[in-house]
Amino acid sequence: MFGLFESGFQLFYWGNALMLLIGGALIYLGIAKKMEPLLLVPIGFGMLLINLPLGGLMDYELQLTNTTGVPAKVISIEVDKAYKIGENDVILQLDSGEVLAPVHGRLKEIVVSPGQEVAPGEVVATMITSAQTDQAKLPTTPVGLLSRIFAFGIMWQIIPPLIFLCLGALTDFGPMIANPKTLLLGAAAQFGVYFAFFAALATNFFMPDGFTIAEAASIGIIGGAEGPTTIYVTSLLAPHIIGATAVACYTYMALVPIIQPPIIRLLTTKKERAIYMKPQMREVLPREKIIFPTIAAVIVILFVPMSAPLMGMFMVGNLFTTCGVTDRLSKTAQTAFIDILTIFITLCIGATMTAGNFFQPKTLLVLFLGVVAFATATAAGVLMAKLMNLFSKEKINPMIGAAGVSAVPMAARVVQVMGQKENPRNFLLMHAMGPNVAGAIGAAIAGGVFLGMIG
Amino acid sequence: MAQEIIEVPLTGKITSVEVKVGDKVKEGDTICFIESMKMENPIMVPVDNGTIVQLNVAVEQIVKPGETIAIIEY
Repeated sequence: MFGLFESGFQLFYWGNALMLLIGGALIYLGIAKKMEPLLLVPIGFGMLLINLPLGGLMDYELQLTNTTGVPAKVISIEVDKAYKIGENDVILQLDSGEVLAPVHGRLKEIVVSPGQEVAPGEVVATMITSAQTDQAKLPTTPVGLLSRIFAFGIMWQIIPPLIFLCLGALTDFGPMIANPKTLLLGAAAQFGVYFAFFAALATNFFMPDGFTIAEAASIGIIGGAEGPTTIYVTSLLAPHIIGATAVACYTYMALVPIIQPPIIRLLTTKKERAIYMKPQMREVLPREKIIFPTIAAVIVILFVPMSAPLMGMFMVGNLFTTCGVTDRLSKTAQTAFIDILTIFITLCIGATMTAGNFFQPKTLLVLFLGVVAFATATAAGVLMAKLMNLFSKEKINPMIGAAGVSAVPMAARVVQVMGQKENPRNFLLMHAMGPNVAGAIGAAIAGGVFLGMIG
Repeated sequence: MAQEIIEVPLTGKITSVEVKVGDKVKEGDTICFIESMKMENPIMVPVDNGTIVQLNVAVEQIVKPGETIAIIEY
């Protein structure tokens, strides 16, 4: 009565409680520690909302059919309505076999009764789940607020490329054009992507059910430290783990100030970290800034066609800013539009993290491999910078290699703060922005390469 | 007495000035903050036991690379 018998408590369990704590922790980090609040606050709140059972924000409806392949008679109904069901739980007994729940969730209704005849493929029940399924094998209909945004915004690959357009408008390629060598640092950091990819594949040696090649690629791309790229690649290759890869990527991006410094310190001496770099770089002409995104889009997309949705949007967004005659478009992309898209994408990411999705060995393994990807990307960038110093007269501060992991502009900021601490004269921010934006391009290209090979 | 000229490292807006002429400063002290690329960047003193003898920036001022922020004697 008054919804009393349908309260969330009957389905609430320890997993939900733990997820509320994790969501709460992200909100705390965002508000109290000011760590990327624009990302962590909505992601954390999305997590909260989705772990309150029966709220239905991230629900998908899934029809269960007679999968036995022959006409059958219903013998008995095994579960009650609204009762929590696990993967492979028996829903119905037919005389020719069983109807199993393909994913976890709860039952919505059973449309047959004992004794009734059902044809092969005929619908026998509908269930509600919050799991991401492979739509080719197990089509679902989104029925919740966030699952609808998720399905049509993210799984249709609309929001991530549009975010790339906004990021393009926000990006200044100037430091990279002034010092094209930094492209190498952005490329080197993509080593983290491939290291994590092979590490994920290696799980097959010691796990009976290790990661598939498509899952491994989606995990590797976390190392690109680009939220939209990670979501884009995972939505195409391994949609069932999109929650894990997206949360890993966005969380670790916010945690860059914690993850990177120990690795940088481990690989450099105090003297190297104090290397001074002159603040003024070559003045980049407006003409160069207009030509760069145009030429870069043509070349990159010809070489890696699958990167077109990301690179194309990135470069057109950049051109809005640099060409000087589309200021209105550029301004909207930099402010209102990216904010709207960020609200959609972050709430949805948090909402993929139900306890049922999260507390699985594979999810935890994704989170672990994600941090490995970030760490190896950082290390590769720093080592590349040290290698370049062996061959060039004018030494660069090897820390700027760490900014090659992308995570714009957090990684560049880390380098700036560390550099200034070792040598107050040093102002590495603009030097670090070069590898930083090169890393963003590198990540999109790495994603396009995976899609071309595996997709 | 040696002089150290502190120059603007990147284009931005001065959001706060932490010292005034005549102040004694030591290495690592903050002279001012420049907001650039949505970040507040501290400009620090690179020498020890210095005195601010000239200060050329004020809050809200837009600055460009190469301009002088302050001169420190040490």
